[in-house]
Amino acid sequence: MSGYFSTPKSNLAMRHRVGGVWKAIFFLSTAIGLLALAVLVITILDDVFGLVAVVDKVDRTTLADRPLEDLEKDELLAILDKKVSVNRLRTIQRNGGFTLDEIPAGEVYELVIAEVVKPTVEESYPLFDSLFKRAEIEAEVAQKHPDATIYFYSWLNQRFLTNSMSTTPQLAGVRTALFGSLWIIVITVAFAFPIGVGAAIYLEEYASRSWVNRVIQTNIDNLAGVPSIVYGILGLAIFVRTLSALTSGKAFGVEGVETGRTVLAAGLTMGLLVLPILIINAQEAVRAVPNSLRQASYGLGATQWQTIWHHVLPSAFPGILTGTILAVSRAIGETAPLILVGASSLINKDPQGIFSYFTALPIQIYNWTSRPQAEFRNIAAAAIIVLLVVLLSLNAVAILTRNRLTRRAP
Amino acid sequence: MTETLEKQHLAIETRDMHLFYGHFRAVKDVDLQVIPQKITAIIGPSGCGKSTVLRSFNRMNDFVPSFHMEGEVLFHGQNIYATDVDPVMVRQRIGMVFQKPNPFPKSIYDNVAWGARINGFKENMDDLVEQTLRQAALWDEVKDDLRKSGLSLSGGQQQRLCIARALAVKPEIILMDEPCSALDPIATLKIEDLMRELSEQYTIIIVTHNMQQAARASDHTAFFTMDEDRAGIMVEYGETNQIFTNPRDKRTEDYITGRFG
Ligand SMILES: Nc1ncnc2c1ncn2[C@@H]1O[C@H](COP(=O)(O)OP(=O)(O)OP(=O)(O)O)[C@@H](O)[C@H]1O
Ligand SMILES: [Mg+2]
Repeated sequence: MSGYFSTPKSNLAMRHRVGGVWKAIFFLSTAIGLLALAVLVITILDDVFGLVAVVDKVDRTTLADRPLEDLEKDELLAILDKKVSVNRLRTIQRNGGFTLDEIPAGEVYELVIAEVVKPTVEESYPLFDSLFKRAEIEAEVAQKHPDATIYFYSWLNQRFLTNSMSTTPQLAGVRTALFGSLWIIVITVAFAFPIGVGAAIYLEEYASRSWVNRVIQTNIDNLAGVPSIVYGILGLAIFVRTLSALTSGKAFGVEGVETGRTVLAAGLTMGLLVLPILIINAQEAVRAVPNSLRQASYGLGATQWQTIWHHVLPSAFPGILTGTILAVSRAIGETAPLILVGASSLINKDPQGIFSYFTALPIQIYNWTSRPQAEFRNIAAAAIIVLLVVLLSLNAVAILTRNRLTRRAP
Repeated sequence: MTETLEKQHLAIETRDMHLFYGHFRAVKDVDLQVIPQKITAIIGPSGCGKSTVLRSFNRMNDFVPSFHMEGEVLFHGQNIYATDVDPVMVRQRIGMVFQKPNPFPKSIYDNVAWGARINGFKENMDDLVEQTLRQAALWDEVKDDLRKSGLSLSGGQQQRLCIARALAVKPEIILMDEPCSALDPIATLKIEDLMRELSEQYTIIIVTHNMQQAARASDHTAFFTMDEDRAGIMVEYGETNQIFTNPRDKRTEDYITGRFG
C-alpha cells in the first residue's frame, strides 16, 4: 500500500543506519568519559586501602602476658613508666594538654603503641593485589620480614583526619591542610562573591553598550582563561609583597607574622582567580531573567534599584549560586597559585585566623606524591579522597540551597 | 468632539508627538486627546505603532536605548517628557497591564502588595489586597489561599491579578496593551466587564486587535495605520459608535470592514 507517509524503502533503511551510527558515536563519547572517571576512582582507592606488613620495634609479648588491648589502665601506665623516660612523658602531657591520670584507658593504650611498641609499616600493598594475590604477598613478607604481622589497613582513618603534618606517614594527617583549605574558600567567596555579583549587575543592568564597556566585557571573558600560575604571580606581587603590611596583619597590630604569605593573601589571590568565572556566570543568570519581569516592576512605578533588588537578583540567584559552585570547585583544587603565594607543606599549626601561615590540601597532596617512600603515596591518595569529599559536600550544600530556592519561586 | 473639551479635563493630551527608534520614525505627528474616566481603544494594523504610542504615555519606551521622541505628552497639563519630571512618578500615576500576563514569581498577596509597599503605602495592607482583588473580580477565586504563587493561576486569572496589581498603586490611568490576546473568549468577556466597572474610577486606554472588543467595550476609538514610509499615523479619532457605524475616512472603513491590505 502506498500511503501518504510512505517513503522509498531503501531511503528509510539508510536513514535508520545513519541515525544508529551517530547514536553509537555519542554513546561512545559518554562511555569514554565514564571509563576515565572509573579508572581514576579505582586508582585512588587502590592506594588508600590495602594490606600492610608491620614490624613492631618492641615485641608486644614481652610487655605483658595478655594482649595489650585487654590490660587495665594502671597496667598500661606501668608499662609507660617502665619504658618511656620521665622527660618524654612530661613533654607528651604538656603538648597534649592532658595528664595521664585523667585520660581513659583507650588513650593510654594508644600512647603505649605509639611510644613503646612503635609499629612501623615495612611494606604496603595496593588494594587489588591485596584482594587477589594475598598468598603471594604473605609469602613475600614471610621471606623479607619474618617477624612482621600482616593486616588490612585503611590509610584514610580517624587519625589521618585529626593529626597534622608529620614526617612519619602513619602519623601524618590532613587536619592543618583541611583547615587551610576551608579558610581559603571562605576568604575567596567572601571576597569574590560580592564583587562578582556587583560587577555582573553593573554590566547587565547599568552599563550602556559603549565601546569602553565592550572592552571591559571582552577582557573579563579572556581573564577566565588565563592560566592560574599567572594569578599566582599577580597575588605574589600584590598581596604578598606590596600589601604585606595588610596581609600579614601588621597594619592591624597583629604580631608574630613576618611576611604576607598568609591565608588571607592566598584567599584574595584565589578570589582574583575565580572572579571572572563568577562574573560571567552571574551575568548569564541576570541576563536570563525575563524582561517581562522588569517591565512589570517598572510599570508599577518601581525604581531601577527596587527592580534589581526585589526581582532581578532573587530570580537570578539560583544561577549565581551555580556559578559560585563552579568557582569554589576551581579554587579548592588549585595548587600553582598557592605555591607561589607561599603555602608551606611543613606547617603543623592550624590557621588561627586570616593572618596565619597555612598549607592546603592540594599542596599537601603534591608534596606527598613527590616523596620516594611508598607509604606517602598511600596518604596522598587518602588526602585526595578528603579533598573530593570536601568538594562534593560544598557543592551538595549549594545545590540543595539552589533547588530549595527554585522550588519556592518557580 | 474635541472642541467641546477643555484642556484640564483631559486625561492625556499629545501635541505633535513623533516617536523614533533610532532614525526610524515609528509614529508621526499624533494629536490625541484622551477623555478621563472613559475607555479609549487604539486599533490599527500590526506594526503601525500602537504599542509604541501606548508605552510613550508612561515612559516605558525609556528602556529602549534607541528610542526618542519629539513633541509633548501632557498629563495634568504637564509634559511628562520635561527634563524635571521623574519617570518613576509618571509610572506610579499611569499604570500598565501587558499583553502577556506577567505576575511576579511571588504569592498572590505579595503580587498585589508589592507595588503599594514600594510606593510607601502605610495603611492596612490586607484591606488593600482584598479591595483591589475584588475590584479586579478575582477575590472569590483566590481568597482561600492568598499565599499561593501567582504563577499557579490560569492565564485569565493571572491577567486579572496583573490588573489588581496595577490598581493597588492607585493610578489615575491604566494602559492595557492587548490584555486579552492570550485569553479565551470567556476570560476576555470577564476582563471587558471589569474594564467597564473600572472606568467609573479610572481612565483606561486599551490597544486591541479585536474589532468587536473595541466596538463593545470602548467609548472612544483611535484608528492608526501606516503611511508610505511605514510611519504610524492617526487617521481618525472619535466616539466608538461613530467610528464603527459612520467612519469619515475611507481607510478606517476599509479596516473595520475587513478590507484592509
Ligand atoms: N524596541 C524597538 N526597537 C526598534 N524598533 C521597534 C521597537 N519596537 C517597535 N519597533 C518598530 O516600531 C514599529 C511599531 O511597532 P509597535 O510594536 O508599536 O507596533 P504595534 O502597532 O503595536 O504592532 P502589533 O499590533 O503587532 O503589536 C514597528 O515597525 C516596529 O518594528
Ligand atoms: Mg503591539
